[in-house]
Amino acid sequence: MQPLSDSALVADCLAGEQAAWNELVERFSRYVFAIATQAFRLSQTDAEDVFQDVFARIYDRLDTLRDPAALRPWIAQLTRRECIDRLRTATRETPVETLPEEIENVIDHLEEAFDVRIELGALSEECQAVLDRFFCRDESYRTIGEALDLPPGTIASRISRCLGRLRERLEGRNIVAAASSERRDQ
Amino acid sequence: MRRYDEEHIGELLRAMPPAPAGYVQAAQELPRARAEVDGLVERAREDLVFRAALLADIEAALVAEGVEPRPALVDLLRRRVSE
Repeated sequence: MQPLSDSALVADCLAGEQAAWNELVERFSRYVFAIATQAFRLSQTDAEDVFQDVFARIYDRLDTLRDPAALRPWIAQLTRRECIDRLRTATRETPVETLPEEIENVIDHLEEAFDVRIELGALSEECQAVLDRFFCRDESYRTIGEALDLPPGTIASRISRCLGRLRERLEGRNIVAAASSERRDQ
Repeated sequence: MRRYDEEHIGELLRAMPPAPAGYVQAAQELPRARAEVDGLVERAREDLVFRAALLADIEAALVAEGVEPRPALVDLLRRRVSE
């Protein structure tokens, strides 16, 4: 089943659907957490506070989002602001307008990682589970095999096959993006 | 066209580990927590004894409603009851 677009998800959240809110949190939880812990290197305690504050702000202000398709950059912006506020409170320093290059580079890397997760979501459930467990949860072949009821000896080949499919999707996505960019330029 | 090698894809997958399950659950419960806060505020407006007890121990009131007394929620409830 195709996942809801961000715009449809926003509309359903604004209609008060709990399942849509759950999906929104699920969809962006890794992203918010990664920005806080990897780009801004917040402590676990600060990262948790930022995480909860970001989702509380999203909940409170979702109806102010002018372009629902811009949900992701809006959440990124809210997360950056919360992280900067947290660092400012900790160091009592005035925040700078431009972020250090190192932070920007990590955020760029996370944007690319988010794109990969979107494409991962289009693979079979088995591929999603195998790749997520191996790469994101750092599980061993044995643990993955037990969890998914698969022979451990087949996990490596499944990872390789699923990675191949993910690569095809990512490269196919680039072809579509390049074609639409060419059409725009004409 | 951008080429992706599998090592790079693995690196990008590793960059997005799951957020701790407790964080996700607390965020997903936000609508219910807010509804509980609304209910408590309403009751406090109608019942001054309850209001005094609530302000004396907001955390306990939230726990009694089955809501985790997260600091932001405690602050929100205190602000709204004090209004």
